[in-house]
Amino acid sequence: MFNEGRHGAIGLSDEQTELLESATKYCRDKSPIETVRRLIEDDLGHDPAVFAEMAELGWLGIAIPESYGGAGLDLAEVVPVVEQMGRNLMGGPLLATTLTAQALLAAGTAEQKASILPELAAGRPATLALLEPHADWDPQHIDCQAMSADGGITLRGTKVFVTDAPIAAWMIVSVMLEGAPALVLLDPEAIASCSIRRETVIDETRRSYRVALDGVRLSESALLDVSLAGAALERIELAGSLLATAEMCGAAVSCIDDTLKYLVDRKQFGRPIGSYQALKHPTVHAHLGIEQARSHLYAAAHSFESGREGEIAVRMAKAHTGPAFGFAADRAIQFHGGFGFTYECDAQLYRRRAIWGENQHGDALYHRRKLADLIL
Amino acid sequence: MSSPSRTELEEYRKQASAWFAENVPPEPDFMLPLTFMEVGTDEQFDFLCDWQNKVYEAGYLGAAWPEEYGGGGLDQAFQNIATEQMRIHGSPIMLNTIGLNWAGPLILDMGTHEQRQRYIKGILSAEDIWCQGFSEPDHGSDLGNVQTRAVREGDEWVFNGTKIWTTHGNHAKYMIMLARSIQETANKYAGLSFFLIPMKVPGVEAVPIRKLTGEYGFTETFFTDARMPGDCLMGQEGQGWAIAMRTLEYERSARGGQAGGLSIIVPDATDAIDLARRARRGGRPAIEDPVIRDRLVELLIEDRGNSLCFQRQRLAPLNQERPFSLGLSSKLMNTELIRRLNEFTISMQGAKAAYYMGEPDAIDGGLSQRAYLNSFSATIGGGTSQIQANIVGEHVLGLPKS
Repeated sequence: MFNEGRHGAIGLSDEQTELLESATKYCRDKSPIETVRRLIEDDLGHDPAVFAEMAELGWLGIAIPESYGGAGLDLAEVVPVVEQMGRNLMGGPLLATTLTAQALLAAGTAEQKASILPELAAGRPATLALLEPHADWDPQHIDCQAMSADGGITLRGTKVFVTDAPIAAWMIVSVMLEGAPALVLLDPEAIASCSIRRETVIDETRRSYRVALDGVRLSESALLDVSLAGAALERIELAGSLLATAEMCGAAVSCIDDTLKYLVDRKQFGRPIGSYQALKHPTVHAHLGIEQARSHLYAAAHSFESGREGEIAVRMAKAHTGPAFGFAADRAIQFHGGFGFTYECDAQLYRRRAIWGENQHGDALYHRRKLADLIL
Repeated sequence: MSSPSRTELEEYRKQASAWFAENVPPEPDFMLPLTFMEVGTDEQFDFLCDWQNKVYEAGYLGAAWPEEYGGGGLDQAFQNIATEQMRIHGSPIMLNTIGLNWAGPLILDMGTHEQRQRYIKGILSAEDIWCQGFSEPDHGSDLGNVQTRAVREGDEWVFNGTKIWTTHGNHAKYMIMLARSIQETANKYAGLSFFLIPMKVPGVEAVPIRKLTGEYGFTETFFTDARMPGDCLMGQEGQGWAIAMRTLEYERSARGGQAGGLSIIVPDATDAIDLARRARRGGRPAIEDPVIRDRLVELLIEDRGNSLCFQRQRLAPLNQERPFSLGLSSKLMNTELIRRLNEFTISMQGAKAAYYMGEPDAIDGGLSQRAYLNSFSATIGGGTSQIQANIVGEHVLGLPKS
């Protein structure tokens, strides 16, 4: 009945349904708001025991083929997990590790895949270093250089917004090699030779780092397949956009639930403030914006592997969800009144996270620009 | 009824496609309405009645309604195919929408055998056009406050009061009517009853209302000691509110059973892209303007978001926490988007945006301008967007009543 070109298509696998159900419960149990607040003050920013449990649950290997120790499903099945993690404002290296695995699957050599993917599926953390101080999201805009010398490779340049860098066992870095984009794999020793500084970022549940690569030396075997690097970078952008969208959708639902609770409990002039249409209607619009976001999210998950259709669906989902979550969180602060202006009120956690999520893997304007060329 | 096979449906699709390809009438020399609410002249009315009748006779309307009352007795999937073929082949709208999609399913679900026999076939054949008498001049959004009175006198009911926004009011043969038949009730809803009444009787006067577009399409309908037959009551006395709410569920597509058929031709996002290629700004096609491109993409994302929400309703695990959210919000989301889309299509036209219907140099004869002004009928009618937001706020999100 639907013309997919205009309408898109949505679907839900049995595995997605099961994971949605189990992740909803698990994340709610493990990450109540007191824990989120405690981990903000913690250097690591997450509980390693919880990350280990997630690995035992199989969540780190969902989209890794069975031959490499994973479950052999698709990124679509990672979506409900990340959505529910977002709903409970969880941090930790699951996102970065999942995306690193995707990069390896897209461009890793046979040896790299065979030796590292099973480790990632088992719960060793890894991360990606893509963005640079020029702050352009275009994954092909790379200033960092890799130079061949003495049978090895020397790196030069700086990466920013590298999440969980100090705990990562591996780091995949985008560089220019002889004028073309390439990906290199840093092992723990190479990571130790980088100069790493923690960045102060708006979402305090994150751990993000500036990584100076100058002088890092690697062997030739650290290169991922150069002929596949460009395509891998595109795929990372879309995979990252999909998962950032999932995380934002989850967080937005909690943000609205929190706001609703306040609108019902808080009384002014003898009435619950939620009875005033000036507060009720914008809250309804925030909710409906997130309903649309969630529909876009599951459509993007459903069609992620469908080439151009998948790209359109993912970019639409990301372009819609960032601003929709932003609006919900912006109104959450306003509708909490004076309390909303305090650090103690959770509304700020959501607003900060919305800004973080919007700026991961391209903001709304970035994706709409790409969409204009894809669909107009 | 066993569900139809793919082959049967495909066969039906081919037949329907061939029939509409051959039978869809050419554009007449007057402008046809895009929705059933925009029928303003007798020539439009006659043209559309004839067309609906022809579609029904060919078996492409009411295909899933029971055979014994004049329907096709087929699975709903067949009618969906027929409706889709109407859209594809640029069919004019089905005029009798209120009968086909609101009153008809209500009578089939709740009416007596006798009522079904009397009304259903005429609804399909367009012999009996239906209108709806819910809104009143002083109680636009507060439907529960209906003041039109129905008083039992012997074998008859006597009606006094005024209804407004009666689509087809001057053409209709019957009306579904909400009126107050019991005074002094515990709450305002308990006194309401639901009626199926004839329109062509003494004491009923339908006065055309001129719309904001300059066209006609609605009436204000006055009842002055209008005497109706005793059997015109639907359900029990005092059940009016519940039945009216049920009718609104058909209207908002929250409940199935409609006869189907194309009732609204909505200029959609694809039309906006098409217009962006033809309209010019700064001497170049509007679609090359980066700001226009960005706005268009935003609207296309929303358009697809609404379609995806519609599709998501059938995926229960994705609707567990607020199961009525998508259903209760679809009217608000769709009608508001259409309004903004139409507004945007005007804004793309450069200075020609200020032309209007009748101006030979207007783009598409002023179609966008007319569609924009008419789009308010959907954001206001059937419960304004603001009422819809209250419904979602209170019934989906659990906020206290305003």
